[in-house]
Amino acid sequence: MIPLNHYLILGAILFALSVVGIFLNRKNIVIILMAIELLLLAVNMNFVAFSHYLGDTAGQVFVFFILTVAAAEAAIGLAILIVVFRNRRSINVEDLDTLKG
Amino acid sequence: MNPTAGEQIASQIGYGVGLDALGITALLPEIFLAVAACIILIFDLYNDDEGHGMSYSLAGITLLGTMLLVIWRPYGADAIDVAMNGMFINDLMSRVLKVGILLVSFGCFVYSRKYAYDRNLFKNEFYVLGLFAVLGMMVMASAGTFLMVYLGLELLSLCLYAMIAFDRDSVKSSEAAMKYFVLGALASGILLYGMSIFYGLTGSLDLTNVHRSIGDIPVDNTVLAFGLVFIIVATCFKLGAVPFHMWIPDVYHGSPTAATVFLGTAPKIAGFALVMRLLVGGMEDLHHMWRDMLIIIAVLSVVIGNLIAIAQTNIKRMLAYSTISHMGFFLLGVLAGTDNGYSSAMVYVLVYTFMTLGAFGVIMMMSRAGFEADSLEDYKGLNQKSPWYAFVMMVLMLSMAGIPPFIGFIAKLGVIQAVVEVGLVWVAVIAVVFAVVGAYYYLRVVWYMYFESPVSDASPEGPVDMRIVLGVNAIGIVAIMFWMGDLTDLCARAIAAIPR
Repeated sequence: MIPLNHYLILGAILFALSVVGIFLNRKNIVIILMAIELLLLAVNMNFVAFSHYLGDTAGQVFVFFILTVAAAEAAIGLAILIVVFRNRRSINVEDLDTLKG
Repeated sequence: MNPTAGEQIASQIGYGVGLDALGITALLPEIFLAVAACIILIFDLYNDDEGHGMSYSLAGITLLGTMLLVIWRPYGADAIDVAMNGMFINDLMSRVLKVGILLVSFGCFVYSRKYAYDRNLFKNEFYVLGLFAVLGMMVMASAGTFLMVYLGLELLSLCLYAMIAFDRDSVKSSEAAMKYFVLGALASGILLYGMSIFYGLTGSLDLTNVHRSIGDIPVDNTVLAFGLVFIIVATCFKLGAVPFHMWIPDVYHGSPTAATVFLGTAPKIAGFALVMRLLVGGMEDLHHMWRDMLIIIAVLSVVIGNLIAIAQTNIKRMLAYSTISHMGFFLLGVLAGTDNGYSSAMVYVLVYTFMTLGAFGVIMMMSRAGFEADSLEDYKGLNQKSPWYAFVMMVLMLSMAGIPPFIGFIAKLGVIQAVVEVGLVWVAVIAVVFAVVGAYYYLRVVWYMYFESPVSDASPEGPVDMRIVLGVNAIGIVAIMFWMGDLTDLCARAIAAIPR
């Protein structure tokens, strides 16, 4: 049986990767949206692992809700992305620089 | 005891428990709001009225009706109702916060009508999104488990992202929406990660169980501190406290003012509920840990918010930085960790939202099609054009600055007293010094309005309902002084009654 630690470490690595993906990415907004999905999946990994090792199903129910909300979030994110693209003909992160001060 | 109607129906259709075992009646305001929002969404499909006036009126009536249900409580007046197996807590604090949220949202809808109409944003969907955001905030205020906290927060955030991007042909608006979306989603992910750690340590999603289990874990547990950091970071992201404030000025500036006013007021009350449910309802035993983190965050917010606001020439950005400093003040009350501190933070956040609401109301009244009235210059000589609105804006600015006869002063006094009581005098001194620094930029607006001559022909105009509500808003801020004792008592009772 795979120990709990391994799942938690995997979850932490995925989480860290997605945070790095959001902050270091200077090119493409779509990659940021992908990183956000990965962030939520990393959390799901934690919840499922804990839920299994605690023998409590509440964590898995939580994961269903996170998956559903993540789908809604992706829909809104892509909708905003399209609005951004229509307005500037670019989805480069560095071009989002109108607001300053 | 005779079975209730619900129990009779339930026994007839074969449920083992009465309907009210789930506590449906405690959720009545939320159910009403959700159903009404859905009806308004569909109603507009069959409505030929191009002006969308009916949707606007229905949305306003829905908010007031929900507020009546929250206050009136047709199902009896017990001290606390716990519904849905502890997922939903309808205690006094949640009811006071819900009334605040509903009143403020009503004000936002009324103020934004003219602004939205002028810019062709006066759509049915704007109000439906607003109503669902209010539903999310009400769920947050009543959350009894991590799951409800998360779902309420997401319902609020998803609606706000869409409202900010509502002006879809505006470059600024779409950029603001994108920035808010990315950072908001990141904050949600961080919050969930913290929740997963607490779930793993305590084995429960229920906040009262989490509270009980944390008491059994050794206080210096590193994993607890690790999880707590995530929860604090996410909460401060959502509130917009330094160093997680970078989205606030851009989002306030870029959004259409109709969305800014909504974003800058009611969600702060929901943010207070988030802090209370998570940090006090669930993790009060970790106070020694989160106090130190919040001291740093609150002090930085007060200092940086007030300093950078001075340099702003755009009034929306200025109010954004002022929000950051106000969030710092509100966190001062929370970090004191006493009931007195929590209740003064509650007073602070309620008072603050009504002041901000009024200030954005004046901004929207000054604006018209193609003119945002968001530069400080536009307020020069306002007194010559409209003495009444110059006076309203002066009251709001002086109150926000915390100048003695106004309510903002009493709110600030409350949180500072709470901090001094627990011996953090140096924090109180910094807060007071920077409140004085902050008075500069509020007074500058007053100076512009009264002692400079006009540079633009912008003058406040608005429909009758907007003028009435704005007048009530401003007079209320002055008049509430006479009932300040009642408000403080109410908040103290609300805090004493929260389950922990």
